[in-house]
Amino acid sequence: MLRNFRTERLVALVLVAPFLAIYLLTFVYPTVQMFRISFTDAPLIGTGRWVGLDNYLRLDNDPMFRRALWNTAYFVLMTVVPGTLIALLIALGVSRLKGRFQSIVLALFFLPYILPVSVVYLIWDWTLNFQFGIAMHVLDWLGIPRVPVFKSRLWFLPAVAGVTIWWTAGFSILLFLAGLRSIPAEIYEAAALDNSTRWTTFRRITWPLLWPITSLVFTIQLILQLKIFDQVYLFSIGGRPNDNMVLVYYVFQKAFQQNQGGRAAAVAVTLFVLVVVVSVLQFQLLRFAERRRR
Amino acid sequence: MNVIAVQRWNFWGGVITALTLVWAILWAFPLYWGVISSLKPDDEVVRPYIELWPETPTLENYISALTTTQIGAWYVNSVAVAVGVTIITIFISMLCGYAISQLRFPGRIALWWLILASFMVPISALIINHFVLVANLGLINSWAGIMLPQLIHPVIIIVYKQFFDQVPKDFREAAVMDNASEFGILFKIYMPMNWGVTTALSIVCFIWTWNAFLWPFLSVTRTEMMTITVGITQVNDAFGVYYARQLSAAVLAGLPVALAYLFFQRRVTEAITLSAGIKG
Repeated sequence: MLRNFRTERLVALVLVAPFLAIYLLTFVYPTVQMFRISFTDAPLIGTGRWVGLDNYLRLDNDPMFRRALWNTAYFVLMTVVPGTLIALLIALGVSRLKGRFQSIVLALFFLPYILPVSVVYLIWDWTLNFQFGIAMHVLDWLGIPRVPVFKSRLWFLPAVAGVTIWWTAGFSILLFLAGLRSIPAEIYEAAALDNSTRWTTFRRITWPLLWPITSLVFTIQLILQLKIFDQVYLFSIGGRPNDNMVLVYYVFQKAFQQNQGGRAAAVAVTLFVLVVVVSVLQFQLLRFAERRRR
Repeated sequence: MNVIAVQRWNFWGGVITALTLVWAILWAFPLYWGVISSLKPDDEVVRPYIELWPETPTLENYISALTTTQIGAWYVNSVAVAVGVTIITIFISMLCGYAISQLRFPGRIALWWLILASFMVPISALIINHFVLVANLGLINSWAGIMLPQLIHPVIIIVYKQFFDQVPKDFREAAVMDNASEFGILFKIYMPMNWGVTTALSIVCFIWTWNAFLWPFLSVTRTEMMTITVGITQVNDAFGVYYARQLSAAVLAGLPVALAYLFFQRRVTEAITLSAGIKG
């Protein structure tokens, strides 16, 4: 019996080892290093002098950092709440459909999510192209003057937010559909017998029963959009990236374009802490929802 | 009275269904427009009015994209990286999920918490130190370098653990009684029970890796080592203002994942729902 127990431990060690090794190498070690170099003036590659909190204090009156922080918040605001609501509306529409028809309509909404960001970028860069984009023909037809969307400081982030909602809604729709399916049909039948209107049914049954999923979708979106980089980088090609600065872009610029590893790490730590705080809040929220459901 | 109520219900139901359908078509329209534009000759693409179908459909943009860029090499890189990451990730995650679910060993709970906690780590904050690490290992501009930081997907371990948890304990005990080896139990009993999950997770892992942008973008500086998702955005000069050619490259880049989704629609949606922590 004792020998058996020892083999079990040994086997467990062998099974866990590959994961643990890669985890320590690509998760734990880089995280520790990020914190460490954020207190030095290291370049991207190489060592630096210890400068204490200097990198963090500099952030306080760094206008570009403020802009990055503000733009990220602005972007989160424009994507998370509207994105969640749009996905919910679509899911409500799709959930009414049946069988093959439903899977075709779902596929139309879901396809963008499956595509790489660079494909999404090329398609929308073309659709909204100032000279030849089909969206501009529509604007002409409506009598609205054309807008150079991705070259305009005013429209850049809202447009990228719109494209992002289009790109990522599929994921949220899927979660909402799973949530809608788990609501028992008898409840709706009972409501129909009571001659309950569509709106009352939604407000009294669907919305409260769907709340755990809504909060899940909301926080997943929140964490995802805090890390915005790809779309902002791509749509800024040939434009003015400094106007549209977001946090991850600032880390990228400081580290890879200005070779200031230490100062970039301080920005990265800020983002890291922000995401961890939001994640902890999400975890608490889910636990709260779980308890309320019992 | 009741009949009227039911009729009204159905009327509005029909309106909502119609609106959903119209919305779906508008939603997918940019995808259609991208594909259609890639099939038009240069002069048709820039016509100042809307043509929903090419007058003279042509593949010349595709031929030109294939011959004037290194798209072939990018394809090979993308396939190699995505297949490599998928196989390694699925394998190490399954082993780890099995150990946590079925075996008793010191540090088991701590490891489980470590995996749950890693959900919080924003990988995009680690780019600097991933770059330093991969550079120190001499792996910049290599498949291994692109793959290394993409191998950890805590979600996959969690899904595996939950699935192994559902297997009754008697299975393992009976097999242990029969003197089956520990690895035999895993590969001959537990793995075949989870083929469905393994397939679904492999497909989404492939899609995630194929679509990855930030890390492949940072870890590759040589054009011929780029993955296709990065490559098609980095060679604007090669295309000039040939929108149609750029779009044909985009179609080529999106095709494998779009097909993977369309062929395995149910599995993909199932795996994605599972990965968000919802049992579908």
